[in-house]
Parts: sequence; C-alpha cells; structure tokens
Amino acid sequence: MNDRGDRQKLLEVKDLRVNFKVKGGAFTAVRGVSFDIYKGETFGLVGESGSGKTTIGRAIVRINSVSGGEILFKGRRISGRITRELDREVVQNIQMIFQDPMASLNERAKVDYIVSEGLYNIGKAKDEGARRAAVQKALLDVGLLPEFASRFPHEFSGGQRQRIGIARSLIMEPELVVADEPISALDVSIRAQVLNLLAELQRSMGLTYLFIAHDLSVVRFITDRIAVINKGELVELAETEELFARPLHPYTRALLSAIPVPDPIVQRQKRVVPYDPAVHDYSVQAPSWREVAPGHSVLASDEELARYRDALERGDTLAIV
Amino acid sequence: MQENGTILSVKDLVIKFRLRGRVLTAIRGASLELREGETLAIVGESGSGKSVFTKSFIGMLDQNGWVDSGSILFDGNDLAQYRKEEQWLGVRGKRISMVFQDPMTALNPLRPVGRQIQEVIELHQGLDGRQAQRAAVELLERVGITEPAMRSRQYPHEFSGGMRQRVVIAIAMACKPRILICDEPTTALDVTIQAQILGLIKALRSDFGFTTIYITHDLGVVADVADRVAVMYAGTIVERGTAEEVFYDPRHPYTWALLSSLPQLGVKGKPLYSISGTPPNLFNTITADAFAPRNPYALKVDFVRQPPEFRVTETHYASTWLLDPRAPAMEPPAAIRSMRDKYVARSAS
Repeated sequence: MNDRGDRQKLLEVKDLRVNFKVKGGAFTAVRGVSFDIYKGETFGLVGESGSGKTTIGRAIVRINSVSGGEILFKGRRISGRITRELDREVVQNIQMIFQDPMASLNERAKVDYIVSEGLYNIGKAKDEGARRAAVQKALLDVGLLPEFASRFPHEFSGGQRQRIGIARSLIMEPELVVADEPISALDVSIRAQVLNLLAELQRSMGLTYLFIAHDLSVVRFITDRIAVINKGELVELAETEELFARPLHPYTRALLSAIPVPDPIVQRQKRVVPYDPAVHDYSVQAPSWREVAPGHSVLASDEELARYRDALERGDTLAIV
Repeated sequence: MQENGTILSVKDLVIKFRLRGRVLTAIRGASLELREGETLAIVGESGSGKSVFTKSFIGMLDQNGWVDSGSILFDGNDLAQYRKEEQWLGVRGKRISMVFQDPMTALNPLRPVGRQIQEVIELHQGLDGRQAQRAAVELLERVGITEPAMRSRQYPHEFSGGMRQRVVIAIAMACKPRILICDEPTTALDVTIQAQILGLIKALRSDFGFTTIYITHDLGVVADVADRVAVMYAGTIVERGTAEEVFYDPRHPYTWALLSSLPQLGVKGKPLYSISGTPPNLFNTITADAFAPRNPYALKVDFVRQPPEFRVTETHYASTWLLDPRAPAMEPPAAIRSMRDKYVARSAS
C-alpha cells in the first residue's frame, strides 16, 4: 500500500464546505476540507461528535448538499448539479453503511426487499429471477443464509442486522463504501466479526472504504491512512502508522491520549493531555493545510510548521500510545 | 458475617424475571465480594446480566423481576430479603448510589439542576433552604462545573452531555454514599469527555472515600479504572481477579475470546479472533457450561456439567474445567500469549 505514485485517485474532496441553515443564519459544519482516497485503500476519517465527519460522508453520497468546493469521483464532479445519469452512477458506485443497525433498516419490510431496494431504484436487475439471485448472493457474501430473505429485521441480532445493512450496499456492486461508525453500536465479539467481514469483502471485491469513526484505536487496525477532523476542519492526515508514531497537531495528540488502552499498566502510566485551542497563536497568520513530510499534512501556521518539521528532524519521541 | 475490609458480599445470587408467561433466569448463581475503597469493574456483553446484577443491590429490578435465592450482605443486612420499598429508602441513593449511561434519564427535565441536588441534600442530610442551596452549588463546583451558582439555575437541556453527567455525579455525591455504581457512565460521551469524567470519579473517590463498581463493555475503560475485574457471561461470573491477573494471565476461554477480539490487540492484515454463535437462551435451564457451544477449547465435560470456580491465586478465580488438574494443558490464543509475554518482559526489566 506504499507506492502511491501510480495509484488511481478514486475520490477527490476539494476545499469542501457544507453549511446548514439555522434560525437566523447559516452554520458551517465543514470548512475547507480536502483529501483524496485512492482505489483499494481504507481511509479513516476520525473525529468527535459534531466534528462534521458524518456530514462529509453524507455529502459524498449526495445526501447533504455542498455549499462550496467540489467532490470528484474518478475525475468527474459529483457534487452540486449533475446529470441524472451521473447521479444514478453515483448511487450505484458509492454506497453507505450506517451506524445503528437497529434504526437503519425498515422494520415493516422483509429482508428481501430491504436488500434489493437499491436495485429497484436504479432498475439494475433485468428480471425477477436476476433480482432474487442477486439478493441470495449478497446475503451469502455477508455470511447470512439465503432463506433469511423472507424474514423481518426484528428477528435478527445486532450483528446480523449490520450484515443485512452491508448486504444492502454490496448488492449494488459499489466501488466505494462509506462506512459511518459501522461497529460502534455492536458488542465486542460482534465487532470482530464485522471488521473481519469488511476486510474479507475488500480483498474479494476490491472495495475502497471511507471509514468514519470516533475511536482512533479501532481505526488503526483497519485503515491505511487517517484524517483527523475537529470542528469541521481537518487538522492532520497521515499514513496510519505514521500518525500513531508521529502525531503532530495538538488535537490529534489530545485525542490519542484520551483513548483508554486495554492494557492496565500502559493505561495507568499514560497521561491525558487535554486540547486547548489557545495553544495556537493565529493572530499573525491564519493556519492553512500544509504538508510537513511526504504524505503527512497538518493544519498549521508558518511558525507551527517550522516547529513540527524541527521535531521530526530531531527525531523527537512523539508517540503517545 | 463479613470479613474485615469487605463492604458488600454477594453469595449465590439467583435473579429471575417473568416475561410473557415464561420465567427467565438472568443471574444464575453469582458470587462477588467488594472490598472497602477498591474499584471493581464488571465486564460483559449485552445480555450478560451485569446491569441486572448490580441493580439488585439497590432494589431497582424491574417489576417483573425478583431475587429468587442467595444473599447480598451490606452493613449487616441481607438486601436479598428486602421486599418493601421503605426498606430500600435507607440504601438506595443514600448509602449506595448509581450513575447511569444516559444522564437525561436520571435528571428531571423540568427543574433547574441546582434544585434537584438541593432536594437530595435536604432529604438525606437534613440541611434546609439556604444551607442546602449553598451545598448544592459547592457540589457543582466540586464536580468541575464553572460558574456553579449561575449554572445551578439552569435546566438539564442547557448542559452538554458531559456536563449533564457531572450533574448526575454531583447528585450521587450529595448523600456521601459508601458505594457508587457506575453503569456505562461514559458510553454515550466523546473520548476526550470520557477521560475527564473517569478522572473526576477517581478524584472524588479519594476525597469522599467511596467504593466503586463500574459496569462496562469497554476493556480500555476497565484497564483505566479497575483494581479488580469480574467477567460476566450468561448470568454468572466466569472469572475474577486483579486487573493484572485478568488482562495478563486470563484463564477462562471467554475472557480469552473477549480480549483477543479487540482490534487494539489484533495484527493488521490478519483476521481478528471472533466468537461464533450467540449467547444461550436464558429461558432454558442451563446445566452444562454456558459458554461451551461457542468455545473452541471446550472439553467433553463442558457439555455435561457446570464447572465449579477454581482458584488460581488468592485473588484470582475462574469457572472453567480447563483448570481441573485432570484437564489437558491448553495454550491460549496468540493475542493473549503476546499480552502475557509483554507483561513478563516488562516486569523482568
């Protein structure tokens, strides 16, 4: 996953801005966000609640409209006004998996309908036989039995329901899957099953993932690169192991220090560093998005950038966990 | 009789519920000892019974549930014998307090938070009016709420999730409880807020000197707070020991499975250890080891007889036939071995 020079950019997010109308004005949920996702990788977008991470995911699948900047899929703009054909293509190629498997499935529909709803919408299945076969295959792919098709969501456990959610997106044969906290509502043992399934599907189908989460330690296990977002702005982006070895932005460092590690001795020795936005002196110069080392970008002013580069050059111990 | 230093002692507790005309056994003979001043974490997945277990210490089982047998000794009384609400009033919220996952369920949305704390103080400490009001503001300050006097006049919806949980903790502290039960207190919060709340509870523990029980599924939180750990599965405690013993030298295959399935302990690019199947149906009578059908390390006897609790050390116990002297030696999964090796290497250096 290293040689990125010849890898294809599947998704490009450029200077993205998303505003929401609120009483008496607009609220900017996402501001100046730029990143690329390469074909075949798992890209993690990590932030706390209200950071705008879900809004970005929803902007990509065209649920939220974009107020500024643009989103390109395979080089073509898919944000803003686009043709009906392109919209259909986006629906098919970019699918989303949601957090809460208890809330995201239609309680009154059978699994058969839930899984194939997307096919109906884009008229992908040629006939009833083809549709049935596609549902069967999708269910088998996620480790469920084809006969589950005739049951209702309430008959399933949380882990099984999340599999149904995954089957529903896979049936579209997408290239990019936006997974929004797909395991945070699940029990520990079920999480492992779903993570294994996602990894397996990536290998067998060549999927690309945008994995949205709040827990950096879980994301470490499955992602190739991670972007950290705070209050609507990206603060740091790097390859996963680089981010854990050399976290630079104070917010990333605070986030890493706050996650409890399941190892009592390590955890007791770890010091939690809170994030205080006052550490940034942006009175002289506003921060911008800069590359501090190849593949490692930070939101910083000139002065901060110089300091980060020094720390990297000196080989300071930066790792927190 | 309670031993020295033991504040609460639960023995062979069985709790049942009547549901749609059938009887479900949620707690199937659980025993536990809580020592004065310690922090005990009860770990388990949803449905393991960890919440029901601790709710029975404060008489908060749902209407359709009851303690069927066993004892809960606390301050010389057997709480398992309590049947009347009046009996509980001297315990619940007074000597044993509870903090829940969702602070909104514990707060009255229609009253200012200061009033809610004041009420508890008036009821339990006998202070009135001004004095109680002042004490409420002091408590708010103590749990880290800035401008406590102004904030005390605000309503719960004017607080963020983390601040609301601080208010709930202030209410729990209002009667200086001897035991504080924290049921997933930070599950709904962001990690940075979670760290603050866990830190706050630790700080209060040393000031107020209470004993803490945490109920959680998050093994990171357990590692952070716990002196001792009890692992629950299908209504019984399958393993208990110090945090070091349970994390670095676990003996029960369920504890192995729980720890090895953590992505934090996984090796990138390799599948995580995962537990197949589902927990047993607690409507049925379970006579064998409840974890056996999902346990790749199960012995024949696991399908026939429930294992007793075997002693590993003075502080470490596990209910698995693997600890029987006649059982074949079994190596735990890779993630567990590597945790153990790291621990051994660390203590050697």
